[in-house]
Amino acid sequence: MSIDTATAAKVAKLARIQVDEDQLPALAEEFSAILGFIEQLNEVDVDGVEPMVSVTPMRLKRREDVVTDGNQAEAVLANAPDAREGFFAVPKVVE
Amino acid sequence: MLDLTFDTPKPKTIQGAKQAWELVIGMEVHAQVATQAKLFSGASTQFGAEPNSNVAFVDAGMPGMLPVINEECVAQAVRTGLGLKAEIHLKSAFDRKNYFYPDLPQGYQISQLYHPIVGEGEVLVEMGDGTARVVRIERIHLEQDAGKSIHDMDPHMSFVDLNRTGVALMEIVSRPDIRGPEEAAAYITKLRQIMWYLGTCDGNMQNGNLRADVNVSICSPGAYEKYRETGDFGHLGTRCEIKNMNSMRFIQQAIEVEARRQIAIVEDGGEVVQETRLYDPDKGETRSMRSKEEAHDYRYFPCPDLLPLEIEQGWVDDIAGALPELPDEKKSRFMADLGLSDYDASVLTAEPESAAFFEQVADGTDGKMAANWVINDLFGRLKKDDKSLADSPVTPAQIAGIITLIKKGDISGKIAKDVFEIVYTEGGDPAQIVEERGMKQVTDTGAIEAAVDQIIADNPAQVEKAKVNPKLAGWFVGQVMKATGGKANPKAVNEIVAKKLAD
Repeated sequence: MSIDTATAAKVAKLARIQVDEDQLPALAEEFSAILGFIEQLNEVDVDGVEPMVSVTPMRLKRREDVVTDGNQAEAVLANAPDAREGFFAVPKVVE
Repeated sequence: MLDLTFDTPKPKTIQGAKQAWELVIGMEVHAQVATQAKLFSGASTQFGAEPNSNVAFVDAGMPGMLPVINEECVAQAVRTGLGLKAEIHLKSAFDRKNYFYPDLPQGYQISQLYHPIVGEGEVLVEMGDGTARVVRIERIHLEQDAGKSIHDMDPHMSFVDLNRTGVALMEIVSRPDIRGPEEAAAYITKLRQIMWYLGTCDGNMQNGNLRADVNVSICSPGAYEKYRETGDFGHLGTRCEIKNMNSMRFIQQAIEVEARRQIAIVEDGGEVVQETRLYDPDKGETRSMRSKEEAHDYRYFPCPDLLPLEIEQGWVDDIAGALPELPDEKKSRFMADLGLSDYDASVLTAEPESAAFFEQVADGTDGKMAANWVINDLFGRLKKDDKSLADSPVTPAQIAGIITLIKKGDISGKIAKDVFEIVYTEGGDPAQIVEERGMKQVTDTGAIEAAVDQIIADNPAQVEKAKVNPKLAGWFVGQVMKATGGKANPKAVNEIVAKKLAD
């Protein structure tokens, strides 16, 4: 599978990464190389093999329905570039 | 087994300039799961807390924080699935839905795209006129809610509160089986009712605990039936999705408005474009959410932070065994065993609290009388005072007491209304009130006979007339009732008056 510059630009946009136009061809080429490498896996016959989702034979850890966290608004907001009256303040976003 | 036989309601049709069109509607209902803590963190789900106070570092998307699933959220989803007669998947998995928005600090929503916990089910949606439609459920999956943005606190900034971030939602996805605005409202009402009974979602639409995305398309009469026969969506029109509505009224308006917009386009020779739209109730129109379209590529992939969710059949069976009686079953039992009308049974089962109240009244008294007293007298009185059942000053035992007094013949139906008013305003035990205030019905035939004799003696002219016209006996009965302050047993009075006049 080959990635063209338009696709590379779209992926960059979806990931909110700013990429200059002249860098796109190189990026697209790297993408294609990565996908090409991964595509080798398609050569393996996995018919009837259940997909492996984890290397550890573990069950998903669960929690009881008890409130054990929160009440730390200051800590939550500590890294915010702008916080007012207990809220994160961000540039206006309205549909 | 339920014996529910219904006619199918007619689909809503809208007459365009060229032809009549039918509506086809599918819904994605987002129901907040009723739990103490969030889906993947130990922060509280409490509504209305101080901004950002119910936030764990997991919810805030802090680096290195890992989600740990709340077992009760899983149980609630299973309960809801069982309540919708749906298939429960013992193995499900979580995926990441990637998009950027200020109220989504992780940069993705953890959801279940590929392997939802609940599969196909169904909901019986009654329309109140003897018709009902079975709406097929495609799936229910668990996912995280996003935070809340507030846009009106500052002219240039939006304020973000993450208290709702990470709260568990069930997304209940229907098939396109809903055929009109009223059916859409009835469908949500029914889902909410079932979840009230199950205790899995409080259904508070105002707080946003129940929201719906509505898919609307139009088709020519007959096309929908072809879709149902073949399963081929090609028979249906292109759909538009109206996002995020939390008012029954607006949902109905939006469906109608959107259908008319599509009809105008199609009749004009145009094509409906599949897109996400927003309903503006002030303008009474839907409009395209272009920003959402651009970001529509969510690049889903399995969430690497979470192993698949595996549950045991035994655990599901335990939940199934502890399920409460559901609205459909309760309603048909009220009708079959207690002799209630369809209407009364519907009113009483609308909310689990009213059904429980009614059952306490009916227990040991009489189903029909209990239904009349609860619906007409209690609900009517509460409505007059703008009170809810939870604020009722009258207990089920007090109403049962009044009914018992009527059945024993201690009070007439008319006096019973007075007793009810006393109980409602002053409280107290009905039997004691009747005793202490001398409201007991006179069933002593001697006393009634004396009253009848007196009236006959005082009104010889009327007696003569009554001998010619037996209908005038009613006048004597009225006089006796008046003389005894309404306390005489009407049946006894009728009999004695008839006998005396015949003498």
